[in-house]
Parts: sequence; structure tokens; C-alpha cells
Amino acid sequence: MAAARGLFLSRPSFIGKTILGFTRGLSEALVSEKFARRSGFLQSLDPRVRLVGVLALVIAAVACRKLQGVAALFLVASFIALLSSLDLWSLAKRVWIAVLIFTGLIALPAVFITPGAVLWTSPALGISISAPGVYSAAILILRVETAATLTATLVLCTPWIQILKALRSLSLPAEVVTMLTMTHRYLFLLMETAKQMFESRESRAVGVLSGPDRRRMVGQTAGVLFSKSMELSQDVYLSMVSRGFHGDVYLLHECRLASRDYAVLLLFLATGFVAVWMGR
Amino acid sequence: MADIFEVDNVSFDYEGIPALRDFSLQIQQGERIALLGANGSGKSTLLRILDALYFPVKGAVRFFGRELTERQIRDDSFSLDFRKRVALVFQNPDVQLFNPTVFDEVAYGPLQLQWSKADLVRQVEETLSSMSLLHLRDRTPYRLSGGEKKRVALASVLILDPDVLLLDEPTAMLDPKSQSLVVDLIQQWKGSTKTVVTATHQLEIVEDIADRVVVMDGGAILASGTPHDILANADLLLRANLAHAHRHSHGSVVHSHPHRHGHTHDHDSHEQE
Repeated sequence: MAAARGLFLSRPSFIGKTILGFTRGLSEALVSEKFARRSGFLQSLDPRVRLVGVLALVIAAVACRKLQGVAALFLVASFIALLSSLDLWSLAKRVWIAVLIFTGLIALPAVFITPGAVLWTSPALGISISAPGVYSAAILILRVETAATLTATLVLCTPWIQILKALRSLSLPAEVVTMLTMTHRYLFLLMETAKQMFESRESRAVGVLSGPDRRRMVGQTAGVLFSKSMELSQDVYLSMVSRGFHGDVYLLHECRLASRDYAVLLLFLATGFVAVWMGR
Repeated sequence: MADIFEVDNVSFDYEGIPALRDFSLQIQQGERIALLGANGSGKSTLLRILDALYFPVKGAVRFFGRELTERQIRDDSFSLDFRKRVALVFQNPDVQLFNPTVFDEVAYGPLQLQWSKADLVRQVEETLSSMSLLHLRDRTPYRLSGGEKKRVALASVLILDPDVLLLDEPTAMLDPKSQSLVVDLIQQWKGSTKTVVTATHQLEIVEDIADRVVVMDGGAILASGTPHDILANADLLLRANLAHAHRHSHGSVVHSHPHRHGHTHDHDSHEQE
């Protein structure tokens, strides 16, 4: 990442920005592996308990109709993140700010158009902010923040293969799990390939590309990447067949639930239930 | 020794572009064969046909007398036995590394072949240790260097301890130390019952890894013989694009001769141009 940034000390070109984007994507994946290896609350649980527990809390956040209930769930989600060795600043950078901006934009019209008690009126524009509008915008934003915090914590604290194993043990078809495994693996390989293609272009490019040239270059790169991905996927399949793959997935470590896992799962489900019941 | 593979008049093409033309070859148990040829000579295609991943459009390939066909390989009991006995290391390690960790990668083959899990962990650890990969066991394969990827790809196949090992450019992308590790491995199988077919264009390793060399060009056999005879035939190597004419001077004397890397040559007999 630092090396890639070092390449573009002056104003980065279009290609430079693209390379930085790919490098960031790869770095993000490495950071999540780092969190997954730390010891913490979620990391200590069986992956199935993590998945079901987090899913229960997400459903509760969506089903809860009162701001206090969703706020309580948001605090629970943040507490789980802290217990799982995530720091709140990195969570804010990764999740909270982005969610606030995007959900805020979606929720913004509701502040003005929802009928009800007026909180403030703009004398210049003649538009009013209503109390129910602010309430519904706040509850929407908080809901999305809670769900995003929970899922981000789950993904950051759980290696991808454990998520896949949990999905498989929850009866997701073997073909789907295999497809997800391959997608995850080749997403990075293709990202790396695309990065190298852009780097090679950058090393031969002089000056700034015009708009049409940029679009042409992106189109060509996408085409070549598509051809490469077709070839790669065929070769990957052949290499799997060569090592005995014939449609079934065999896993080395079968998940076993301990009594602590059952207790935490109950706690997750109870928390979700209480939040929904309080927020009726 | 019995014939393990019998390649009989095989032709294969990629959507009309010929890769093998009327190719015939017998491979005996315990043989170490080097398929020598420039890029595009058909070496990789032949290895995939031997591994029953591709099937010839003409001719036949037999494994212990049984013809390898798509129908035959779809039979689970035959397929399981064949995959246990024959293994291929791909040229591009990236296509072979699709598991989340190095450990899972090496364990993949045994799991597919339904080894007992108690045995499996120990075997994986041993294989990683023998390939100096133990320190990488929990690393993600896509984060490894090119040489490390190649070693993991090799380990993922060596753990199966197959009777027939098909190696596609096994020393390409490797640093000298890793290269010698691979060459030493193949050397130690000399005289054993293990059959090793190696596709390569690296002439400097041929004498160490093979007892018989098959030179390929344009999907056909150009020559076959002992490593010593093949490597001594400069004209043949030139024709197969495995050597090039090297022009240089010694003081005022300028001359050219077929040149390949990794070997010395005698200047006394060269003629002045």
C-alpha cells in the first residue's frame, strides 16, 4: 500500500488511481485476516454460533420499531466489536461514516416530507423539519448502522473459510459453498491480475489520457480480464479434478459445539427477542 | 517393466489449432522421462491428456491397458483409483492454489480421496516440513511469492504419493535453492517404482531429472534418446528452438556456435568466420 502510494507522490493519474484502488482492496482483505487471527469474544465461538447469533441480532434490529430498542442493539453491537478486539475508530472508518453518508442521503427527504409536529422551519426556503420525520430518519440510520456493525464485526473476526463451513453445516448446498470459495479466491487473483495490467500500462503511458482514451482502456482491460478469467476458471476446475474433486466437498475440521457456545447462542437469541419485544 | 501409459497415434487441437499430431509414446513403470520442447510444442497438452483431463480427438491413450475415455473417468471407482495413482503439477501454481491456507491446500487432495482424518494432519505436517513450508502453514496462498506458490503446489501433489507424477515446468519461477530442492526430489526417485514425466525447456536440469528425453516440436516427436545423446546434439537443439546461435569474439577472432545456458563448450575447435 505504502509502496503503491509512493509511486504517485504527485497528482495520481487515472491509471494510478485505479492501481491504488486495487491495492486498497487487497490490503483490506489482509487487514481482515489480521483481525480474524486475534483472540476475542467472537473469535472464541463456534462459527455457526457467530453466524446464527449475528443473524438473529440483525433481524431484531430490522424488526424493532422503537428508537430506544435499536439504540440498545447498536450499543450491544459496538460492545461485541470491542470484546472481539476491534477498535471503534477502525469500525468508524470502515462502517459508520460510510453508512451515515449513504443512509443519511436516502433518509434525508423523510425529514422534510413526513407530516407531524414541526420542529423548525427555514424562513428563506419555506420548508419545515418535522419531529416524526427526524425520528424515522434516525431509526433508519441507526438500524443500518447496527446491521452493518454486526455484519462487519462477523466478517472481520471470522476467516472466510469458517463462514463457508458454517453456511455448509447450516445446510447450504455444497455446490453453492464451492462456488463461494472459488469466487473469494479468484476475486483476489483477478484483482491482482488487473492491478498488474494497469501497472504495465502506467509504466508505458506518457501524459494524461483523454476521456475517450480512458474509457477505451477500461473496456479493453475488462475484455482481456474476462478472457483470462474464463481460462483461469477452466484450469482451476481441471486442477481440482486432477486432485480427486468429483462434486462433493470434504472438510478437515468438523465443527463441534461446546456448552459455552450453546450459552452464548441463547444469549444472542434472548437479546434479539427482548429488543423486538420492547420495540413493538 | 510394464507399460504404464501407451499413447497411440494421438491428435489433439484447441478449436482447430493443432497441439498434438499423431503422437505415440510408451511410458514404463519407474521411468523418468523429460519432455523437452520450446513453448507451444505440445508438452502441457500431453501431460493433461496423460492425466485424463483432456481426451484425444484421434487415437487412444491407455493406462495399464485400459483406454482413458470420458466415460471411463466418470466411473467413480476407476476415477478414485486413477487420481490416487496419477498426479499433475500445473505450470501456473495460481490455478492449483484455491484454498484459504497453505495447510488446507496440501490437505485438499487427501480429503478428496477420503483419507482418514487422523492420518491426514500428520501427513500434511510432514509434507510441509519436507518442503520447508511449515512456517507458511497458516498463510493464504495468494499472498506467497512465486517460488513459494510453486513449492506449495508441488507439496499439494507430493502428499498423495502417486505412482505417476506429471510435472509441468516444475522449476520455472523458482530461485536456485528451491530449484535444487525439486531436482533433488526427482533424483531421489531414480531406481524406484515411481514414474516421473517432466515437461521442461530448461536443459541444465535434464540430465539430473531424466533417464530418457523426448524432444517435441509442433506437437510431434522430433527425437528421443538418453539425456547425454540429446544434449550433445547441437543441431537438434537448434531445430527444436532449445538453443540459439551465439556470436561472440575472442580478441580479433569472431565466431558463432549453438549456445545453451548452464553448460560449457570448447573453443579450441571453432573456426574463424
